[in-house]
Amino acid sequence: MKRSKTMELGVGLFMLAGILGLVFLGLRVSGLSLERPESSFELEANFANIGGLKPRARITMAGVTVGRVQSIELDTDWYDAHVIMELDGSLEDTLPEDSTAAILTSGLLGEQYIGLSVGGAPETLGEGDRIRDTQSALVLEELIQQFVSNMAKE
Amino acid sequence: MIERIVRLGRWGCETLESLGDAGIFLVQSMFGVPSAEGFRLWLRQVHFVGVMSLAIVLVSGLFIGMVLALQGYTILVDFGAEDALGQMVALSLLRELAPVVAALLFAGRAGSALTAEIGLMKATEQLTSMEMIGVDPLRRVVAPRLWAGFVALPLLTIGFGVVGVWGGQLVGVQWLGVFEGSYWGNMQASVDFIADVGNGLLKSLVFALVVTWIAVYQGYALVPTSEGISRATTRTVVYASLAVLGLDFVLTAVMFGGLS
Repeated sequence: MKRSKTMELGVGLFMLAGILGLVFLGLRVSGLSLERPESSFELEANFANIGGLKPRARITMAGVTVGRVQSIELDTDWYDAHVIMELDGSLEDTLPEDSTAAILTSGLLGEQYIGLSVGGAPETLGEGDRIRDTQSALVLEELIQQFVSNMAKE
Repeated sequence: MIERIVRLGRWGCETLESLGDAGIFLVQSMFGVPSAEGFRLWLRQVHFVGVMSLAIVLVSGLFIGMVLALQGYTILVDFGAEDALGQMVALSLLRELAPVVAALLFAGRAGSALTAEIGLMKATEQLTSMEMIGVDPLRRVVAPRLWAGFVALPLLTIGFGVVGVWGGQLVGVQWLGVFEGSYWGNMQASVDFIADVGNGLLKSLVFALVVTWIAVYQGYALVPTSEGISRATTRTVVYASLAVLGLDFVLTAVMFGGLS
């Protein structure tokens, strides 16, 4: 009977360790946070070229992550990329209407993300509004092409 | 010539029959009505296949995490991208190495023991005597072992992943000098709980089912001689390892290969 108790204790500890491990994987490795995700709102933006931007990419403001890219699709009216962004609810109706969105690259080989910068207009952006002033991703080949054609002119 | 075709046909029929047998066997033993006695038996099996396998799984996880960090660092540092070390270690561990290596170790450590134990029970006619006194050996012997494997392997896989990530941090941050903030930060930015941790666990659930199923079936269906037991034990490890590696490819293709 005594031996069975220690065995039960061992199994209990084993399962507890497994659950704790899962919590560790959740919190420390995949960076889930315990507090409920706060309310969010959506903004849209059209880019002429998104480069290598992917869904779930970060959206930052002054380097601080404030949201994620929700979906990217081709806008067949203009044949450019239609990006839907999900931003922190605390930013709803606070961003000026003439804020700009640019696709940036972290480091030389890093992932691409959207950087927002604030404008100065009194009107603000709310749920489902569109950021009009956007800047496309830098595509290396296009830059090189421009450089080469400028060289040829000189 | 016709003789050969007949032999091929017989082999095909026998394979199909034993596959069917194994399927019926699985369903019958998994969905037997559990009793208080059954819980106790299950607990003992979890202790045997889970707790006792903990040491080998955790030590392997530690070394694999450390080796991943070392190898990854030497490649990433050429591109000046050693900050992405945490991401590389965590993703390769959670998606692939933890489920697969833990399942292979589990097949070797626990699967072979299950086959030998059940096989010896069969060879010494313990299973037949159980039937004689009205105890269903599927419920009493097989079901607790199946369910124990089903619970223990995912837990072992979690342990493997945690220790591996920690081992990678040990080598990458403490020894090679990757900045600690970027090790964890890059990892947290790129690992998704559902897509990476969840899919890894799903894989290990599938592996747990396959490995324990093969192990107990090989034990239950073997030829009850000492040679039969040794053959069945070998077969368990070989079949289980092949099944794990093959299924891993299929599951990876479905989960991460964009086939959906």
